[in-house]
Amino acid sequence: MISTELVDASRLQFAIVALYHFLFVPLTLGMTFMLVIMESTYVITGKQVYKDMTKFWGKLFGINFALGVTTGITMEFQFGTNWAYYSHYVGDIFGAPLAIEGLMAFFLESTFIGLFFFGWDKLSKNKHLLVTMLMALGSNLSALWILVANGWMNNPVGSDFSFITMRMEMTDFWDVIFNPQAQAKFVHTISAGYVTASAFVLGISSWYLLKGRDIEFAKRSFRIAAAFGFASAVSVIVLGDESGYTVGENQQTKMAAIEAMWHTEPAPASFNLIAGINEKEQKNDWSIEIPYVMGIIGTRTLTKEIPGIYEIKAHNHERIVNGAHAVTALAALRKDPQNAALKAEFDKYKADLGFGLLLKKYTEDVSKATPEMIQQATDDTIPRVTPMFWSFRVMVGLGTALFALFTVALYTSLKNSCGKSKWLLRWALLFIPVPWIAAELGWFVAEYGRQPWTIFGVLPTHLSASTLTAGNVYGSIAGFVFFYTGLLIVEMYLMVKFARQGPSSLHSGRYHGEGNSGGGAIPAHAPADKA
Amino acid sequence: MLDYETLKVIWWLFVGVLLLGFAIMDGHDMGVGTLLPFVGRTDGERRVVINTVGAHWEGNQVWFILGGGAIFAAWPLVYATAFSGFYWAMLAVLWALFFRPVGFDYRSKIANPTWRNSWDWGLFVGGAVPPLIFGVAFGNLLQGVPFHFDDELRSYYTGTFWQLLNPFALLTGIVSTAMITAHGANYLMIRTEGDVYRRSRTAAIIFGVLALLTFAAAGVWVMNGIEGFVITSGNIPGALPNPMDKTVVMQAGAWMHNYNVQPLTMLVPAIGFAGGVLAILFAMMNKPLMAFIGSSLSMLGIIGTAGVSMFPFIMPSSTDPRSSLTVWDSVSSHMTLGLMFWATLIFLPMIILYTSWAYKVMSGKVTLDFIKGNDHSAY
Repeated sequence: MISTELVDASRLQFAIVALYHFLFVPLTLGMTFMLVIMESTYVITGKQVYKDMTKFWGKLFGINFALGVTTGITMEFQFGTNWAYYSHYVGDIFGAPLAIEGLMAFFLESTFIGLFFFGWDKLSKNKHLLVTMLMALGSNLSALWILVANGWMNNPVGSDFSFITMRMEMTDFWDVIFNPQAQAKFVHTISAGYVTASAFVLGISSWYLLKGRDIEFAKRSFRIAAAFGFASAVSVIVLGDESGYTVGENQQTKMAAIEAMWHTEPAPASFNLIAGINEKEQKNDWSIEIPYVMGIIGTRTLTKEIPGIYEIKAHNHERIVNGAHAVTALAALRKDPQNAALKAEFDKYKADLGFGLLLKKYTEDVSKATPEMIQQATDDTIPRVTPMFWSFRVMVGLGTALFALFTVALYTSLKNSCGKSKWLLRWALLFIPVPWIAAELGWFVAEYGRQPWTIFGVLPTHLSASTLTAGNVYGSIAGFVFFYTGLLIVEMYLMVKFARQGPSSLHSGRYHGEGNSGGGAIPAHAPADKA
Repeated sequence: MLDYETLKVIWWLFVGVLLLGFAIMDGHDMGVGTLLPFVGRTDGERRVVINTVGAHWEGNQVWFILGGGAIFAAWPLVYATAFSGFYWAMLAVLWALFFRPVGFDYRSKIANPTWRNSWDWGLFVGGAVPPLIFGVAFGNLLQGVPFHFDDELRSYYTGTFWQLLNPFALLTGIVSTAMITAHGANYLMIRTEGDVYRRSRTAAIIFGVLALLTFAAAGVWVMNGIEGFVITSGNIPGALPNPMDKTVVMQAGAWMHNYNVQPLTMLVPAIGFAGGVLAILFAMMNKPLMAFIGSSLSMLGIIGTAGVSMFPFIMPSSTDPRSSLTVWDSVSSHMTLGLMFWATLIFLPMIILYTSWAYKVMSGKVTLDFIKGNDHSAY
């Protein structure tokens, strides 16, 4: 029997390193794109201030990127070190997008990031812009392949189980790539990254405006951030809805938990705005509902029903009972691979194999599982409702607030009055951390919501971990916490230091506190230095 | 579509190519990191050293990441078994690597000498520890690793971390560190001048000689003191991969078997020696580019020797030999191997092309004057 303590410790470690890594990813995704916008403007207009913007925001981006890389290597190791059985069981499918990510995307991004920083004096204007574009392309393609892998964990298409190799094997690569969940997640995630970078630039620029320094520099940065942020926020909201709508049983389970929908309602279902969730009795003590909305978001129809938690469980109960037969037949078949009768028996129940494996948490020999064990395994198939329900609502609330911020910011930019309303500048400054909170909650909803599975319906989390001792994993958690805390302190220190210095950190003599030009009105019109 | 058996061999070669790519590219900047505190005495000199790889280390590091990804995709059982079995060793590599991105990027952002000096030693750790541990890992692969599978192909590592650090493995660890450090020294000679150049030249010679001596010693040890592995039944090359479907025995001198059957393969260790000797000679003659090519060839030979000696074994098991992982039974499916074959064939040449371009753009000596002139934008 696999120790639950080991599995929990492994999950905790994964959550720590993944959430930590995800502090740096969204900013990278969005900043590379914003740097492309700023530098393109420089190349088109020839105005020095846009080059300075590219360099300065690039500096902050670089500080962030260093930790993105550092913590990204952990992710690559993590599956092998701590989720060895997972790696064996699904590596045939899951490994491919990760390897292609390296080949196609990460190499591109990492090679050109060096030229982005050090190639200013060695490349022509156009070539340098091309370098910046390739770097942005690399970082965004990287997200595509990672989310293809992640989308497959949620909706395992294009693959089949082989009893000889005892693992899942790929049957259709295009199904894996064009998995609707992967595509929806990709667009949702990169858009969220764009919002993060926009809020970052908007907030810091607002601080300069509040301080009345580097006005021209800050205003231009503010406008670009406002426009890019507005477009991205629209995309996050529209495509967030899209990832709600994508098909699949996994999505139904997540949706039921997110909505605290205990029973199937007559279509179109109403949306629980807030509710008093009673996890013990599996009901809501009270709720404020908006009629029809859930049915429309969830199914895009007025007539289709969305299954509730009780109904999903009843269905899963049946699959677990069938799956137990599959597990038993598989064990026999592994010992006698030529036996046609066993093969037929296995094939009959194969579709429910993953559900049968859920019982392994409670008994080694699933054919002897008691009704209580089957009931426990059934209850496991629904993630805890309370954290899902509230994480989702806070995420959506923060997303909406960000949308409002960018709408107002864009409005003032268009009216050419940005920087005049102090309250807006303060709002923007205060909102710098908000996209990060929303993104981490989004990660939580997506990944915690997949439990008890690593691969939905195929491989339970409980069976995925490496055969380590819990003590080993606690030891490595301590190591990660130690290193990551230290790195975060250093990173934040540098980030704040350089954000406070502002464009003066370029030492061009054109910005705040550098003597002659002061307020920064001159650089916008000054001729560009030779590129 | 290529048949399964051929693809399995191709992937063995590809993993070799990726390892070599890692050794040549990421290896030279790890070597630079290892030498940093010694060939750079002043802050200016150290910045020169760091800036020789400043624009490239990030791209180079992807060879390492891609190596991991490719093993995951092509040899999932090796990825699973080795990474979880060598748990603490892998974490040590990982944590050592942590010092590199932040060391490179953060070091020169603050002028405080203690701050800078600390990161210099961080870069030393990030440069020296990974090659050492990879060498130690290869030494353990050659001796067999204590692990086995159960009926569901779940792997169990039954050894400890400390037993990985046995004398033979430490010797191969020195081979690996010395060859990478010498290679880094050759690279530094290409990109620097003056004192840093002279110290790098000395390092190139010392570590070049050390790599060759320890490589020879490891060879003698393998011939006389290490038991190899032999497949005695099953393990059909074209079959669906199932490691439990074979029998394997341990046998003295078995790692010499491939050289006896195919004498031409002796060329591989010969290249290891010849490349190393050439590298040393060219370093002495102040021809750093040729020395760099020499040390690259030497690494091809040395890594190739480990591969050829063990073929078709990848990760033999010392406690349950039939659980040993081979080129035939630790691979992913025919479809995935084929798919990844094409992906590699398309993208690897592109990578080599744009990496070469990046080096061309940044070519030339890094000087103290350059550092002075770019105080705020250089590393």
